[in-house]
Amino acid sequence: MFLNQFLLLSAALFAIGVYGVLARRNGVLVLMSIELILNAVNINLVAFAAFGNSLAGEVFTLFVIAIAAAEVGVGLAMVLLLYRNSRNIDLSRIDLMRG
Amino acid sequence: MSRPFLLAALAEFDRLDGGEVLVAQNIAFAVVAVTMLVSAVRMVTTRNVVHAALYLVIVLAGAAGLFILLGAEFVGVTQVLVYIGAIVVLFLFGIMLTKGSFGDDDGVEGEQRLMAGLVGALVLCVTGGALIDTFGGAELSRAEPSLTADVSDMIFSQYIVPFEAVSVLLLAALIGAVVVARKD
Repeated sequence: MFLNQFLLLSAALFAIGVYGVLARRNGVLVLMSIELILNAVNINLVAFAAFGNSLAGEVFTLFVIAIAAAEVGVGLAMVLLLYRNSRNIDLSRIDLMRG
Repeated sequence: MSRPFLLAALAEFDRLDGGEVLVAQNIAFAVVAVTMLVSAVRMVTTRNVVHAALYLVIVLAGAAGLFILLGAEFVGVTQVLVYIGAIVVLFLFGIMLTKGSFGDDDGVEGEQRLMAGLVGALVLCVTGGALIDTFGGAELSRAEPSLTADVSDMIFSQYIVPFEAVSVLLLAALIGAVVVARKD
């Protein structure tokens, strides 16, 4: 197996995630796209760990998974708060701080 | 009739030489990669939010398969436990609690979608070009999977400080989520 097949797949997933963050307006879907991006990074880390015969990449993947869990918890709490305050989670209509 | 045949095939499997294992690995990679890409595209384009969460499950399971293919079995199992087991359930709860705010019409305007597509294509082109340029013929060398004991040894010796930091971060995120989402 080539290293590049994993890296290119992960680059494609990253690009799809970037598209999702920019194009979707639903707050929950934006958080899901961020998960997609973090997953692409994880694939990169594990592929490089296998490439360099080192375990550091796998250890950092575990850290990234833990931090992603924390991020989803806080992010969804914020989306719920948004929903309670304004009854919608359309991110293009959240313009309270617009000057 | 078919069972002895299957057992014979399994017995043969041990004696496969490196080339055939490589072919099998590449076929597995191709299947997983195509599934992941199609699901990811469907996830960011579908109008139904619940379907998007289910497509996310497919992408995450594919990533777990890739980890196992790369010999990182502990990371693969953790991926299934934490991502598919916990995070997707969290997403489904989030969708359920905010249901009715959006309905089905996450109608993305054409211009915004076009610009997002452009940015995504640009990211893909730049990173893809750089990767092909840098790691053109690099082959993966490791044949045997990494041991979970070695991973844990590394976490609890060399990376003990980041580990403790992540523990504190998780506690902070837990308290923060409760404080933010609490009804008062």
